[in-house]
Amino acid sequence: MASGVKPRVKVPKSASAGEAITIKTLISHPMESGQRKDGDGNPIPRSIINHFTCTFNGETVIDVKMEPAISTNPYFEFEATVPESGTFEFTWQDDDGSTYTESKEITVG
Amino acid sequence: MNLSRRDTLFLGAGAALAATLPMPAMADAVADAISAFTGGADVAEGGVDIDAPEIAENGNTVPIGVSAEGAESIMVLATGNPTPAVATFTFGPLAASQAGSTRIRLAKTQDVVAVAKMSDGSFKQASATVKVTIGGCGG
Repeated sequence: MASGVKPRVKVPKSASAGEAITIKTLISHPMESGQRKDGDGNPIPRSIINHFTCTFNGETVIDVKMEPAISTNPYFEFEATVPESGTFEFTWQDDDGSTYTESKEITVG
Repeated sequence: MNLSRRDTLFLGAGAALAATLPMPAMADAVADAISAFTGGADVAEGGVDIDAPEIAENGNTVPIGVSAEGAESIMVLATGNPTPAVATFTFGPLAASQAGSTRIRLAKTQDVVAVAKMSDGSFKQASATVKVTIGGCGG
């Protein structure tokens, strides 16, 4: 497991019903591509986050399949529709099988 | 070192050959990735927006955005990378717009291609050239 993985998500605290909001996510991760070599010329094995999903009250907002060409500390920005108050769930899946999650509440009012 | 005219010609021919050889191989990998995504369907040009810088100073982190109204999913390819696949965005029912931005690695100056699968089952694609000053694949 890559150490020091910390997800950060920016979601507005409140919105009006049906409003489109912008969500920004960032997760600290080295995203080792598998293309690099260490000082002795041995290839460094690939270790990346390969999947990111965002759901709102169980319904999918976005689902991203990631390849080694995504930069270190993967960043995503996208727009979501908020039909009612609820919780955004964010999930990142690592190559080594671990998952990182984050959730954010939003109030419609 | 003295180069005769013949040696120079050979060198030139060798360099030209080396420069042209990897190109078809890369094009094949890109074409394979596109046909795997589309299932061999025809892909129309246009209808997909790529927001990418003209010149990227650091190939390790190039900000790009893709959007295609009415798309179900968008696949992003970097044609000049060791492996062309970058990411595939799939939009759910709560996506307010069929758009996403991220940061990608580009090994050298190359075209970034986005292929969108529309909700009616058709496919659209667009490409943008990004000049890279420092490549982003380590070495």
